[in-house]
Amino acid sequence: MNAEVAMMVPEFGQLALIIALVLAAMQVVIPLVGVQSGREWLMAYARPLAAGQAVFLMVSLLALTYAFVTDDFSVVYVATNSNTQLPTPYKISAVWGAHEGSLLLWVTMLGAWGLAVAWFSRTLPLDMVARVLSIMGMVSVGFILFTVHTSNPFERHLPSAPLEGADLNPLLQDFGLIVHPPTLYMGYVGLSVAFAFALAALMSGRLDAAWARWSRPWTTAAWVFLTLGIALGSWWAYYELGWGGWWFWDPVENASLMPWLVATALMHSLAVTEKRGLFKSWTVLLAIFAFSLSLLGTFLVRSGVLTSVHAFASDPDRGVFILALLGICVGGSLLLYAIKAPTVASVGRYQWVSRESALLVNNLLLLVSAFAILLGTLYPLVHDFMGLGKLSVGAAWFNTMFVPLSVLLALVMGIGSMSRWKSDAFSRLGQELKWACLAAILLGAAVPLLASGEWNWQVVMGMSVSFWLIGATLVDVWKKSRGQLARIPKLGVSFHGMVLAHVGVAISIIGVTMVSNYSLEKAVKIAPGESTELGSYRFEFAEAGHIEGPNYVSDATRFKVWRDDKLMEVLTAEKRRYNASGQIMTEAAIDVSLFRDVYVSMGEELPDGAWGMRLQVKPYMRWVWLGAIFMSIGGLLAVMDKRYRARQHKRAAAPAAKEAVA
Amino acid sequence: MMRWLLFIPLALALALGVLFWIGLGKEDKDVLPSPLVGQPFPAFNAVALLTDEALDQSSLPAKPMLVNVWATWCPTCKAEHAFLNQLAKQGITIVGINYKDDSAKAREWLKAFGDPYAFNIVDPDGKLGLELGVYGAPETFLVDSQGIIRGKHVGDLNTRVWQTLQPQFEAMK
Repeated sequence: MNAEVAMMVPEFGQLALIIALVLAAMQVVIPLVGVQSGREWLMAYARPLAAGQAVFLMVSLLALTYAFVTDDFSVVYVATNSNTQLPTPYKISAVWGAHEGSLLLWVTMLGAWGLAVAWFSRTLPLDMVARVLSIMGMVSVGFILFTVHTSNPFERHLPSAPLEGADLNPLLQDFGLIVHPPTLYMGYVGLSVAFAFALAALMSGRLDAAWARWSRPWTTAAWVFLTLGIALGSWWAYYELGWGGWWFWDPVENASLMPWLVATALMHSLAVTEKRGLFKSWTVLLAIFAFSLSLLGTFLVRSGVLTSVHAFASDPDRGVFILALLGICVGGSLLLYAIKAPTVASVGRYQWVSRESALLVNNLLLLVSAFAILLGTLYPLVHDFMGLGKLSVGAAWFNTMFVPLSVLLALVMGIGSMSRWKSDAFSRLGQELKWACLAAILLGAAVPLLASGEWNWQVVMGMSVSFWLIGATLVDVWKKSRGQLARIPKLGVSFHGMVLAHVGVAISIIGVTMVSNYSLEKAVKIAPGESTELGSYRFEFAEAGHIEGPNYVSDATRFKVWRDDKLMEVLTAEKRRYNASGQIMTEAAIDVSLFRDVYVSMGEELPDGAWGMRLQVKPYMRWVWLGAIFMSIGGLLAVMDKRYRARQHKRAAAPAAKEAVA
Repeated sequence: MMRWLLFIPLALALALGVLFWIGLGKEDKDVLPSPLVGQPFPAFNAVALLTDEALDQSSLPAKPMLVNVWATWCPTCKAEHAFLNQLAKQGITIVGINYKDDSAKAREWLKAFGDPYAFNIVDPDGKLGLELGVYGAPETFLVDSQGIIRGKHVGDLNTRVWQTLQPQFEAMK
């Protein structure tokens, strides 16, 4: 590239962003005018406009990435978040390492989802495509405006640009950060599709089975990203904060968990709406809630209303802008809901004991959990507002609320997937599930006795519900395949997806139960050559030294981990000092295995060459995230179900007609 | 169904919106000096974390100091801890308030990660934190040799933050 052209890349990026804004505005107006006036040629603009918007947003993001890779410190955002010494992969991840760039990534992903909708909507009636893309365009306009107006990543330090950048926050110089935010954002933003579908259906008055079927794969896809994103975040915190914790009930973690819970409820409610034509109004409300909560997450992180590890530099202007956006988006959609929902009639009946009831109960449990977390997250704010003083809500409160709800949820999950639509009987369910229930209780009770020889109610509860969930799911597979293994593959991808996801939930609960109750940890003062024991492990301090990294220097300690006089692993923990900022980071060394993690992290250097070290043995740690992987694969299978892609005009019409008759 | 019920979600959302609006306005308070600035450090009766000796406001050292509110449940406190150690090495007096925490865990933490504190005031139910208007851990107060609060920072201390706090701290000497 010509040098002068290369220097102007940030301007091209800015220009591309503004073109994307204009295209998004056109995407809002033109298709909607087409729908109102019944002109198909206007509606047909929705797809190409969405594609154009996505392409220009991607160009803009690439321009910013280019500025990072070429160390263009004349761009303020690059100068504050990068450094010549930073390895290239981190220069790329630094693009979304702070507020401005992460916002650009956010809108680019929104554009990409719009593009995907444009692409995969061949079977959708044109007026629905026009409405859905128009609504997604509105969200785009709001957020691109926000980016350009308050958080422009292309702003320059001219005429005198700094020679060296300030460096990316060391906490964020890590593989986990390369993948965690994009995955999570894909989930957050993906919920806009379900939101747009719900509003489009409300506007058109066509809340039918076809609408539910269109929404399902999009909702599930967003949910898969959200699940992976949350799991990645937890994994990252676990090894990067150097402290062995994997969930802190931090406001920003809560902000990702709330939409996940509501999206989970939405997926299941959509299933009922599609199959049975019920819960329509409820489903729409959930779709609005799910996306509203993901916007709320964005607001909480960026406005500085709550303080947290993740909080980006707060700026009251940004807070006001994003609050206004939130108000228009959430307020507008809920107003539309309040006005239009009475025209939505759910037809069809179901008995108290039925799959509908079970799904409704779980929907409510999920929503109550999300609400409890919202309450805990916002309580400090409310408390202060009411003049009662300032306070913070600790993890204990969240655990007290969340754990019992999760146990109940897992209990009903086992029944839900087994039970029949319309009406079922407790006697039948009892007959089929009694052995699973008995086995779960006995196995669950055996776990604490085998693990430590001591009775522990929490462990019994956690393990029993997990075994129950796995047992009930297996019974379900067995019954549906009528006891013939050969039939299992024929049960359908969606069904396999559900089975995997439910087993995934059980795996995660097992992980959480075991690691919360049986983790061992110890803080010791130890000198090279000495050994210390923890559980059945012996930690030998082999040597202490220094490591030179590309942009840091670290103190390192090497430990040999022995078990029964057999060397298990040699672990090297580090304590890094980053050259540019002088910040210090501990890098834990972890020996990973399926049934336990051995975790070594460095504290302070003490006199005589000794170190304060933190040693931990965490049983079943991996299971927490393994469960999330199962859930994601399950979700992926459900998205891949062929019936979502089949030409379904006729089939879509059929259930609707049936409803009209019923 | 009664139609007004359908407006409940909207009403709740609006109420939340108002709350956030007020929250945004209040934010200035944390950026601008807290109302406690210029006031004496609140009276308290507590025990020291490591020694269990009784402490009150007269136990505060008669020199300029940082009073750092922290807890083991607070990930940001972990992030700033190494920097506090550095400050302590430079000879800056830091008094800790172990806020709504488990004392055993807090002792372990200091053993593992180093102890930058002159001493720690145990504040298990957050009473002293409430008096100080603590919003969330970590928070750091600048207190002069007379025990008067001179400044406050919400969030973690790091090199960048210290650049702005240091002149203020030096001015108290």
